Amino acid sequence: MIALAGNPNVGKSTVFNELTGMNQHTGNWPGKTVTNAQGTCTYRGRPFILVDIPGCYSLMAHSAEEEVARDFLCFGHPDAVVVVCDATCLERNMNLVLQALEITNRVVVCVNLMDEAERKGIRLDLERMSERLGVPVVPAAARSHKGLDDLMDAVCRQLDGKDAPSSIQVSYIRPIEDAIAMLQPSVATIYGESLNARWLSLRLLDHDDSLLRSLNDALGFDLLEKEEIVRKLQEAKQCLHSRGISQEDLRDQIVSSIVRTAEKVCTGVVVHEKTKRELRDQKIDRILTSKWTGFPVMLLLLGVIFWLTITGANYPSELLSEGLFWLQDRLMDGFIAIGVPAWLRSMLVEGVYRVLAWVVSVMLPPMAIFFPLFTLLEDLGYLPRVAFNLDKYFKKAHACGKQALTMCMGFGCNAAGIVGCRIIDSPRERLIAMITNSFVPCNGRFAPPHKGETNPFRGRTQRI
Amino acid sequence: MIQIDSLANLQVGERARVASLLSRGSMRRRLQDIGLIEGTEVECVQKSPAGDPVAYRIRGALIALRSEDSSNILVASNG
Repeated sequence: MIALAGNPNVGKSTVFNELTGMNQHTGNWPGKTVTNAQGTCTYRGRPFILVDIPGCYSLMAHSAEEEVARDFLCFGHPDAVVVVCDATCLERNMNLVLQALEITNRVVVCVNLMDEAERKGIRLDLERMSERLGVPVVPAAARSHKGLDDLMDAVCRQLDGKDAPSSIQVSYIRPIEDAIAMLQPSVATIYGESLNARWLSLRLLDHDDSLLRSLNDALGFDLLEKEEIVRKLQEAKQCLHSRGISQEDLRDQIVSSIVRTAEKVCTGVVVHEKTKRELRDQKIDRILTSKWTGFPVMLLLLGVIFWLTITGANYPSELLSEGLFWLQDRLMDGFIAIGVPAWLRSMLVEGVYRVLAWVVSVMLPPMAIFFPLFTLLEDLGYLPRVAFNLDKYFKKAHACGKQALTMCMGFGCNAAGIVGCRIIDSPRERLIAMITNSFVPCNGRFAPPHKGETNPFRGRTQRI
Repeated sequence: MIQIDSLANLQVGERARVASLLSRGSMRRRLQDIGLIEGTEVECVQKSPAGDPVAYRIRGALIALRSEDSSNILVASNG
């Protein structure tokens, strides 16, 4: 069993789909994989179960996703963990890699989006990085299925124990290391081999309540009822306090140590050259978000999308309704021919079929135009710029700029808009966005006047 | 001379190093998760049309911060 971990938006689900061939939908908002998705694959005759765990930046359980991810790494007992990274911002991704390495050393790092990094002029010395981390690092471009065989090879080697697992360890400042050393032996005796005692000790010191809950569930008893642990924990905490490290300081120190280690791992590995393309991107960015051109460009772009959707949808709408209502007449003829009673055929054909045909012909074309266009904007990376431009005004209404995006989605479909609200971090702002989303008329509800002209009920002879 | 100022006062194109994080709770942890700790270099890249939020380059990633959050980050710059 292999766990697939990674930051949000690094193409983790793409890797998963390419490996398993299972078409799990990939979305572009954080926390899309809320529970673990599973798939199977066979590589060189070996069967694997792949588990796609939620995207997260850290395993310190600040959010539901991080909790699920951490719980699976700790208690799901995966045989190996593949951490998928974004080659374009590798250093940031190292945070998660290092935290995963604290839990288990059966880790394979998959550096995805190599193609994108190349385009951005980023060169990576992954061999050097692999040496520093002490685990295999495999480059990949999952979208074009590059590097995935190498990845599975590395996973196989890791499972067979051919790559000697002597991975890097984040070292903390002296007082913390001392406190860990005090706690570690007794934790090890109780929990044994299945969980890294050093990591667990650190989490106990850090007072990670959500981990304790999961831990107690997995163990079947309360770790904090063990006298020895409680005593040692008390001692270790006192030791920290006497050296002037409070609970808050401890958390800060842990995070800083990990970030600094990540920095060290990446120095010399990541070489960034400014390319022409990047300079051009910066120029475009400036136009899209500047004081004078930001709003006009935004209004123009969104306006064009709406115009295309509303006007463009008219023609296929008309065709569809003509076709479907032509079919209705044929259906009616058929039903009459085989002698279906009048009440039944009017219920089926004029009731069920006509309503369905009506809904499909009115709603399908605008959706089929709106969503691809919206996706295009998303892929171009324009949508975050919209949120960036509008945040101040939304903030005045105690909402978040990202609500602009969920509202735009709402024009296509309110359900999609509300689901999209999970990109908003603050629970209050998210709730506001969800509740108000239904005030955005979706394309089934805003009926442009010319739609009436295609009304098939008008001028139609009722044939009974 | 080294000047301590809040990140919110950094102008477009200027760079500075984080001296201290004043924000607490979940915002502090989010900032730490993106690698914003003491000593991290931050570059002010672009202001939004309304002047707030502002985009910063932090460890190679472009991050937008509202002024209420960036004013809780103290930075040191050689000014």
